[in-house]
Amino acid sequence: MKIIVCIKQVPETGNVKIDPQTHTLIRSGVPSIINPLDTYAIEEALRWKEKLGASTLVLSMGPPQAEEALREAVSMGIDQALLLTDRRFAGADTYATAYTLSLAIRKLAPYDLIFCGKQAIDGDTAQVGPALAEHLGIPHIAYVKKIEDIDLQKATVRAHRLMEDGYEILDSRLPALLTVVKEINEPRFPSLKGKMRAKKLEIPIWGADDLGGEVANFGLSGSPTQVKGIFAPPARGKGEILTGEAPLIAQTLIERLKAQKII
Amino acid sequence: MGRIIIHQDRCSGCGECVSTCPFGAISLVSNRAQVNEQCVLCQACLSVCPTEAISLEEKKKDQPLVNGFSYEGVWVFGEQRQGIISEVVYELMGEGRRLADKLGTHLWVIVLGSGLQSEAEHLLHYGADRVCLVDHPDLADFHDESYTRVVSYLIEKYRPEIVLSGATAIGRSFIPRVAVRLKAGLTADCTALDVDLDQRLLLQTRPAFGGNIMATIITPVHRPQMATVRPKVMKKAAYSPLPKGRVQIETVPEDLIVPQTRIVSLVKDLTERVNLADADIIVAGGRGVGGAENFKLLYDLANVLGAAVGASRAAVDAGWIPYSHQVGQTGKTVCPKLYIACGISGAIQHLVGMQSSETIVAINKDSQAPIFSVADYGLVGNLFEIIPSLTKKLQEERLKF
Ligand SMILES: Cc1cc2nc3c(=O)[nH]c(=O)nc-3n(C[C@H](O)[C@H](O)[C@H](O)COP(=O)(O)OP(=O)(O)OC[C@H]3O[C@@H](n4cnc5c(N)ncnc54)[C@H](O)[C@@H]3O)c2cc1C
Ligand SMILES: Nc1ncnc2c1ncn2[C@@H]1O[C@H](COP(=O)(O)O)[C@@H](O)[C@H]1O
Repeated sequence: MKIIVCIKQVPETGNVKIDPQTHTLIRSGVPSIINPLDTYAIEEALRWKEKLGASTLVLSMGPPQAEEALREAVSMGIDQALLLTDRRFAGADTYATAYTLSLAIRKLAPYDLIFCGKQAIDGDTAQVGPALAEHLGIPHIAYVKKIEDIDLQKATVRAHRLMEDGYEILDSRLPALLTVVKEINEPRFPSLKGKMRAKKLEIPIWGADDLGGEVANFGLSGSPTQVKGIFAPPARGKGEILTGEAPLIAQTLIERLKAQKII
Repeated sequence: MGRIIIHQDRCSGCGECVSTCPFGAISLVSNRAQVNEQCVLCQACLSVCPTEAISLEEKKKDQPLVNGFSYEGVWVFGEQRQGIISEVVYELMGEGRRLADKLGTHLWVIVLGSGLQSEAEHLLHYGADRVCLVDHPDLADFHDESYTRVVSYLIEKYRPEIVLSGATAIGRSFIPRVAVRLKAGLTADCTALDVDLDQRLLLQTRPAFGGNIMATIITPVHRPQMATVRPKVMKKAAYSPLPKGRVQIETVPEDLIVPQTRIVSLVKDLTERVNLADADIIVAGGRGVGGAENFKLLYDLANVLGAAVGASRAAVDAGWIPYSHQVGQTGKTVCPKLYIACGISGAIQHLVGMQSSETIVAINKDSQAPIFSVADYGLVGNLFEIIPSLTKKLQEERLKF
């Protein structure tokens, strides 16, 4: 079995702040991390590798420093890594990102499973996984909170998909792409042995010429959407602070909420 | 393509733009700013340059559309679950009608399902010019592949200029596939929409970086312009007793409907009141709640309010409540009319999941807790006293009627 995990390196959102004067983002000193939800994708790949035997590979498209994220995945136990980096990939939206990843994955075929995180914490789109599956012409299951079974003989996977009002258990044929939510597992920490291996591992780098495909479909020029502008979210007004005896402030709150027809 | 130009002669090397760029796309090279491949043309750098050394080289205006066809009309995807049209569809119809009127065009709703004739008729009362119904037993349940193919087929047949869908589990799962199939642009989880009448462009505004910034996205030359829209943000269309449009039954080629996935079973979690996305009111608890058994206090309050119960990650990680209740960066993003945060400190990872709620109430004994910075009403005190007080008073008021 071959499992591919798509991971993205992102700025740690928690530290991103808006400059109150200029209404722009202050980014200096923000560390880069593996997109948190992608660590669950990595962990799930490792668990099925341990269960059924599999070769695992992490794939990322990004600037040269995204290599750090790949090495971290290897230190957790992933076998191989591949970095897609090229000036021509720059400025990609979800369409172009998924297109670029799909070309690489076609070259890595055959494969049985692709794991993605549900969404990345910078763009927050959750679109790359399903879009990648469409580019590859394979089925996908989004928001997977549990994989019940993988049957290599029958080439099927049974997974639990989170919905607003509960969850669905569904079967899909393999190869398939799954996007995972946090509930699926608890990611492990890198091991010392893993860290040693990660340090030494040769990570190939592929550019546009290695992938083939149409250059016009890469990066900014291959992106149907365009960011027109960025601004700070409207600030919330100063709230009212209520202090004092519990019954009293409870009463005041109820009156306020009623007056505004909120309850 | 447009690009950002830094006029080296005017650049003072102050580095303002470097720290401002959300994408880390500017660096100082021999004391002059330089744009690298990370740039997505967001233009955040333009306004901060003290020496006005940065400019945008505009893309040529009036570029022809990619494939030369003409596109017209606004479409809403009429999501249904178990034969019931989702709430978000009525919200999208309200917004879709507004956009269609501005553009002087029509509003269609596309419904896929089985035995939905009367549901489809009902939608005509909410301002649709047409409801396009694909009725097929195999479309009763949601399947990514079949839905993708059927919706793509209809879009190619009728060529709408705008397609809106709810940013729900269903919409966010299959609409990206439709966009790829059609090579259309897709903007995720929008919270505001408008149109630029000059160029008939959809202006799609959405939070990114966990709600820390808002971005407006356009799709200049690809059609249709597609967006998923966050539930509970747009105003519901008003009911009109006199429908004006009609239902159109569409038959599509059978080979479009061949599900690649099979639903084994469907497990409803409604008893747990976990449907955070649909809830008008959410009562959420954090580490301050102190234990699984204390969540009963929150459930009691939620019951009198008809609310759902949410939680911070700390409470979920402690095992007091299942993950499906988690609000925040690695949980759900919610925007109810009222969010009551109990014993939650307000870490940024939690705030990003709930700060767009209409009204926020925070109950916390630490008056310095960051949750108070986003709260409309901050109750400083012990939740073990305040919550039962609230529940009791609300119950008493109920009995008065
Ligand atoms: C990558 C990443 C992703 C994350 N994703 C999420 C996410 O999705 N959702 C999320 O919520 N968090 C998330 N977190 C965690 C987040 O940073 C915080 O750790 C978490 O939200 C804290 O939860 P809390 O407010 O319940 O707990 P605490 O920070 O411990 O706060 C408890 C609060 O309760 C108050 N309190 C205690 N007793 C009482 C009482 N009797 N009466 C009134 N008030 C009382 C205290 O004053 C305190 O303010 C994430 C973190 C990371 C690194
Ligand atoms: N540049 C990238 N390289 C590899 N994987 C990516 C990239 N961007 C997104 N992904 C994957 O797609 C998921 C969803 O990302 P997004 O659609 O950006 O929210 C992520 O969790 C990753 O698994």
